[in-house]
Amino acid sequence: MNEPASNPPAVGVEVRGLRKSFNGQEVLKGLDFEVKPGEVFVIMGPSGSGKSVLLKHIIGLEKPDAGEILIEGESVASPDVMSRYRMAMVFQSGALFNSLTVGENVGLYLTEHRLNPPDEIARIVSEKLDEVGLKGTEDKMPAELSGGMKKRVAIARALVIEPQLILYDEPTSELDPLSAVVIGEEILKLKRRIQATSLVVSHDRDLAFGVADRIAVINEGRILTVGSPDEVRRHPDPLIQKFLHADFKAHIKSNV
Amino acid sequence: MFENVGEMVVLFWRTLLALPVAWRRRQKVFDQFFEIGNASLLMVCILSFFIGGVIALQTGPVLVERGLASAVGGLVGISMCRELAPVMMSILIAGRIGSAMAAEIGSMRVYQEIDALRTMNINPIYYLVLPRMIAIAIALPLLVVFSILVGWLGGAVVAANNNRIDIGFQAFFVNLREVVQIKDVANGVFKGFCFALVIGVVSCHQGLVTIGGPRGIGRSVTKAVVNSIVLIVILDYILTRLLLK
Ligand SMILES: Nc1ncnc2c1ncn2[C@@H]1O[C@H](COP(=O)(O)OP(=O)(O)OP(=O)(O)O)[C@@H](O)[C@H]1O
Ligand SMILES: [Mg+2]
Repeated sequence: MNEPASNPPAVGVEVRGLRKSFNGQEVLKGLDFEVKPGEVFVIMGPSGSGKSVLLKHIIGLEKPDAGEILIEGESVASPDVMSRYRMAMVFQSGALFNSLTVGENVGLYLTEHRLNPPDEIARIVSEKLDEVGLKGTEDKMPAELSGGMKKRVAIARALVIEPQLILYDEPTSELDPLSAVVIGEEILKLKRRIQATSLVVSHDRDLAFGVADRIAVINEGRILTVGSPDEVRRHPDPLIQKFLHADFKAHIKSNV
Repeated sequence: MFENVGEMVVLFWRTLLALPVAWRRRQKVFDQFFEIGNASLLMVCILSFFIGGVIALQTGPVLVERGLASAVGGLVGISMCRELAPVMMSILIAGRIGSAMAAEIGSMRVYQEIDALRTMNINPIYYLVLPRMIAIAIALPLLVVFSILVGWLGGAVVAANNNRIDIGFQAFFVNLREVVQIKDVANGVFKGFCFALVIGVVSCHQGLVTIGGPRGIGRSVTKAVVNSIVLIVILDYILTRLLLK
């Protein structure tokens, strides 16, 4: 892997007093946390707790009602932050460009910002697709892919950016356990290779405890705890314990 | 509809500011341009032929009865140029292309593709709006010229073959050339250009503000077409008034 001569430094993220309501319903009720440069920070929490909304705020797609988000001490709301730092987001839905082929999707960032000549881009694209286990799918259209394949294309599209800050929204939610492990490895590889800061939203307990440097648990728009995987695992809060140890078999047995 | 005019003006302004990067988008402009041509050339042809024909049919017998047979060519010629070609073609294109623009951009909005563009630091105005605006602003005036020519032909064919009018092909065009000046054609082309901008801005704007799922896209498409047509007709009056001097 030939790396760029000087890696851009990893960036830290700080979220301060973040609040957001939609139609009078408060979704984020004052979030405070910090993600250190180069860290893999996993956010867990039940469905509907506001995780996706939080990520959209961090990458500047939503405007907070109150509070602020700082990237290297600069508010994401200021106009040139987005162009100064390389950031990427893997959407929960994938959000592939449906009118472009898989190859064009993955290469779009490079083509649009003219970072490489076309044959070089083609090489990078096929390499990234190979990494996520989708070798030779360049000419397929997104509509021809399965849900899990779309997700992996979306991840490849984000990896191509070589982002300093990458946000994953449920990267493994539609994947079989084997592909999930591959994606977990990719997250760690990116961190090792370019010291990327990663925020991972996931319900996947194996992924979370496998890749996280620190874990935050959020519920109903509030942070319950932030800490190392061990700290979170041993946290006394019954809600966190229930969330981490929910077990299908045990649940069914106790109900029968 | 009018509450969004401010937003549309802003969108138009931003698109103008993006013009310097237009050359980089030439491939997309060409693609859009050919799509417009492909989707509408045949329709333009049929529509224009019959519009020219019906004007001849409506006015011909009346004029001939009053001994004004020689005016038929000029009348068809002028009305095609100044009014019918630009307005009817713009309405056709609003229905055919404006709807497609609103639907495409609207579905990209709903399915978060536009959000994805923004996270990749790609400006949706450069990437989506600019090529469409340029393509339609070039294509519609060309279609207007084409429509004018076909409309004249339609008028001439009807004038020659209807036995209550019965003006020969040659006589029709001799009169037409006496009456129609190049500035009349330019007038129509200019109108077509203005209407193209209206369709582009209204449709792209509607697409970008789409909310909700598939129903939201449907609503946007309808609004884009209806609002474009209403604005075209209003603007047509204003332009006619200004250009009449
Ligand atoms: N654009 C929006 N307009 C209105 N309400 C919204 C919007 N986006 C999110 N919400 C609401 O915010 C809440 C949190 O949504 P969010 O998508 O962040 O949940 P989540 O934690 O990502 O859940 P999941 O794990 O199921 O993806 C939900 O109640 C949702 O209805
Ligand atoms: Mg979510």
